[in-house]
Amino acid sequence: MLKGKAFKFGNGISTDDIIPGRFAHLRSNLPELAKHVMADAAPTFITNVKPGDFFVAGSNLGLGSSREHAPLVIKMAGASAILAKSVARIFFRNAINVGLPVLLCDTDGIKDGDELEINLIAGTILDLTTGNQLTFDKIPEIMHRILNEGGLLPYIQKHGDYKL
Amino acid sequence: MGKTLVEKILSVKSETEAKAGNIIIANVDLVFAHETTGPLAIRQFQAAGFKDVASSLKAVLFIDHGVPSPAWQLSNDHMLLRRFAQETGCLLSDIGDGICHQIVAESLAKPGDLVVGADSHTVTAGGIGAFACGMGSSDIAIVFGVGKTWLRVPESIRIMVSGKFAHGVYAKDLILHLIGQIGADGATYKALEFSGDALNNISIPERLTIANMAVEAGAKVGLFTSDNVTKAYLTALGRSDQYQQIIPDHDAVYEKTININLDDLEPVVAKPHSVDNIAPARELKNIKIQQVLIGTCTNGRLDDLAIAAKILKGKKHHPQTRLLVGPASRGVLLAAIEAGYIQTLIDAGAVILPPGCGPCLGLHQGALGTGEACLSTANRNFKARMGNPEGFIYLSSPATAAATAITGEITDPREVI
Ligand code: SF4
Repeated sequence: MLKGKAFKFGNGISTDDIIPGRFAHLRSNLPELAKHVMADAAPTFITNVKPGDFFVAGSNLGLGSSREHAPLVIKMAGASAILAKSVARIFFRNAINVGLPVLLCDTDGIKDGDELEINLIAGTILDLTTGNQLTFDKIPEIMHRILNEGGLLPYIQKHGDYKL
Repeated sequence: MGKTLVEKILSVKSETEAKAGNIIIANVDLVFAHETTGPLAIRQFQAAGFKDVASSLKAVLFIDHGVPSPAWQLSNDHMLLRRFAQETGCLLSDIGDGICHQIVAESLAKPGDLVVGADSHTVTAGGIGAFACGMGSSDIAIVFGVGKTWLRVPESIRIMVSGKFAHGVYAKDLILHLIGQIGADGATYKALEFSGDALNNISIPERLTIANMAVEAGAKVGLFTSDNVTKAYLTALGRSDQYQQIIPDHDAVYEKTININLDDLEPVVAKPHSVDNIAPARELKNIKIQQVLIGTCTNGRLDDLAIAAKILKGKKHHPQTRLLVGPASRGVLLAAIEAGYIQTLIDAGAVILPPGCGPCLGLHQGALGTGEACLSTANRNFKARMGNPEGFIYLSSPATAAATAITGEITDPREVI
């Protein structure tokens, strides 16, 4: 069971919004890079987010660059899951690979600051602020297994290769 | 039931009957990363316990995004890539060689290959009939180690192209038009497959421009048939032995078909801050532009510089408009010098950048000032993309960009050619 506060963003949040290209020289210094998550789009996110909180967006989250650093800095900032109506392909894969759950659901009713309680096994999201209950879509089995191991690296360390 | 291009290639690569919707494990032919995604990939590769790069692979590291290095931290990342290449024997493409996607298309990928790169515009190689898609650093690290990856076989959207480009209208206008029509998530998780008689008149450099931007509609791959045009391109590069014809079966199943008649297209521009925000260039007349960029993996090829040079010959850029030109590779730069395009562009007042990504991702060179607008031939106009969240990026063909450099405001190229 995950519990935390929703940080709500709009549609079409790109990887350039999440971690702008001008910080590319910091990509080998992840703690430093993570200080700039959402630097232009929502500069207060990094100061207000607490471990366990949720990154909630509208449609087509994470479009753009393949930089895995985007979901990585969201995770490093403390987020325990990403909720969105839809997610761009590479960002989706990257988030799972860094061990950050992606919950595809109708986020329209979730407001910035709502307290959420998420049951990853039952597939339910309870908005404690509004009382609304949501369900989220299943992800492909192979992604599920990667996520269950904590990400792609631990998955490969355990299995040595991909298993269908 | 017949196969799409995607199903044909992925059936071979997975040694299964790959059908849209299947999850497969496929053998990769070519894998690459560059200095902004490679360091994390190398660290993941090492953390996973790999020492050697899978022997079945062509593996390449590119130093192209911030070249020459603008910052010591990035110089250290360059060092890391060079050292890894030396230790593992994988290929290194160093500063000045050019942008990964251009070099992959020019000399590394061939029709029918499975190409994965730690860069979203890996899709570019779809222009020569390779299944090419971008992934993140961890996925790429594992490919380096095991030579394979997992994929969901995407459903294909067929783009049927007919007609001929009108004067002043180019491949860039076609792909911008398509993205405007289907939206920035119109093909998410899907493949775009280009078909139709008009392909006979669409060159490989033009196909690369179109495939390059498939990802801007969310697509996993933007795939062209491998046909006589492909054969002629490879032959001219001395690579005719790498040609194989790949065309979809006539009874292949598509998710849907979108028809585009080239005769109906006109020069268009993507307005800030999303690639699907399309308008005809002629409607944007009064928008002043402080910087024009002609280059990048979308439009930094020889044909693009030829178009720009033709328009700018004997002219000067507008005094309030800077003109930057970035050839996509060393090969492009040399050929453009030989053809006289570089001389023409310098005479017109252009600043010639070293082969590489240049200002495209806002890492160095050509960062926009606050409130400034740039018309770029690149593929993305997201907020903050060119180094300043208060900058405005418009996207167009090289012809529209060159015309705009002369007038200082967005200009339909048909007005000057
Ligand atoms: S030119 Fe731009 S879009 Fe192309 S690879 Fe370089 S940074 Fe990416």
